Amino acid sequence: MLVSAIENGTVIDHIPAEKTYQVVDLLGLRESDTPVTIGYNLPSKKIGRKGIIKITNKFFSNEEISRLSVVAPKIVLNVIKDYEVVEKKTVETPDELHGIVKCNNPKCITNNEPMQTYFNVVDKEHGVLKCHYCDKEQDIANVKLC
Amino acid sequence: MKKHNFVTIADLNKDEIMYLIQMAQEFEKHPNRDLLKGKVVATLFYEPSTRTRLSFETAASRLGARVIGFSDAKASSVSKGETLKDTILMVSNYADVIAMRHYIEGAAQYASEIAPVPIINAGDGAHMHPSQCLLDLYSIYKTQGTLENLNIYLVGDLKYGRTVHSLIMAMRHFNPTFHFIAPAELAMPQEYKLYCNQYGIKFQEHTEFNENVIADADILYMTRVQKERFSDLMEYEHVKDVYILQNDMLGMAKENMKILHPLPRVNEIAYDVDDNPHAYYIQQAQNGLYAREAIFSYCLGITLDDIINDKTIIKSKY
Repeated sequence: MLVSAIENGTVIDHIPAEKTYQVVDLLGLRESDTPVTIGYNLPSKKIGRKGIIKITNKFFSNEEISRLSVVAPKIVLNVIKDYEVVEKKTVETPDELHGIVKCNNPKCITNNEPMQTYFNVVDKEHGVLKCHYCDKEQDIANVKLC
Repeated sequence: MKKHNFVTIADLNKDEIMYLIQMAQEFEKHPNRDLLKGKVVATLFYEPSTRTRLSFETAASRLGARVIGFSDAKASSVSKGETLKDTILMVSNYADVIAMRHYIEGAAQYASEIAPVPIINAGDGAHMHPSQCLLDLYSIYKTQGTLENLNIYLVGDLKYGRTVHSLIMAMRHFNPTFHFIAPAELAMPQEYKLYCNQYGIKFQEHTEFNENVIADADILYMTRVQKERFSDLMEYEHVKDVYILQNDMLGMAKENMKILHPLPRVNEIAYDVDDNPHAYYIQQAQNGLYAREAIFSYCLGITLDDIINDKTIIKSKY
């Protein structure tokens, strides 16, 4: 790849290509004041086409990482220090999602009251979320973010 | 003491359901008491439901509690834009228990998480109606002598009819066989069929509704095709007359079979069925009083022993 390695920061790899810009938005990288490199439509043996994002001098909290699970559960975060990968974080889909995803039921209380949404992940393999309040299920691939 | 809410029937295990049914049995023997004397019950009805509200308010009154509340959100601060949270917290200052009906799904669950007092779900949109479910269970138990191993036929609007959804969940403990009889437009939603599979509940689906199909029923549970659940009124006009129970369809019915209906009915049970010994829907509504007396008691920490040994029973001289 024609982009130089970063000294310190995070490299997010194996992003399904079409999800690349959602990851950018979820992490608020458009507002970033440190250098960000976005690779899009790169060839990948595992997933066909992938995205890679390199962020200099930025390390992500667990809360930010669990947000990523909603759009791209299989991605890998490489934590870089002194040009070395010191940690590889895979994004695990959590058992519960609080305040991350909107309920797609317009009659759900979470869409009618100033409150946090709350989903149980009822099927991690197929990515099925169930609203704690109205019990409506939705596919993790089609969610809208809060 | 742990706060007892009554928000969904899915929360209750088999023992808890049977415990509530035993309570309802005691209240049927002696419905008038001063067991809740000095208590204040709030009934908050964000959408009108005269039948359910009267049943809750009668249950509270017959146990000696006083009742506050509103029967229509237009008459409350909700019309001024107050949040549910504010209303619930405000009323919690006044009442010992809140029974609430809301058009928004999950409203009662949310209220139960923020309120310091117990919340009773008197219906939340198309989602749950657990007090109706308990009176249905009590009616089934009373007429069949058991809840175990019954053939239960659900007819009509199985898509929007929340009472049938609650009934499936509550019956999972009792090895039922369900038959879903509905037009394709109003068929049982996939999520409830998955629920049946998950809990090993047997079910069959039918689109035909005739004498032969219902011959094996122990319970025939009729529902109304509810106009207010349709966004497309053309669709409503198309399906509303499809599944009507006529008296001459009951010739092959089992002797113990009873017809239930959450009421109000429009035309889905012909009026000549009313005098048939299989008809049970009017008595069923009366069972709602005993079921709701049980729910108030459960939520206010009163035990079955308290009810059996109750010294406040009012025996009328007349």
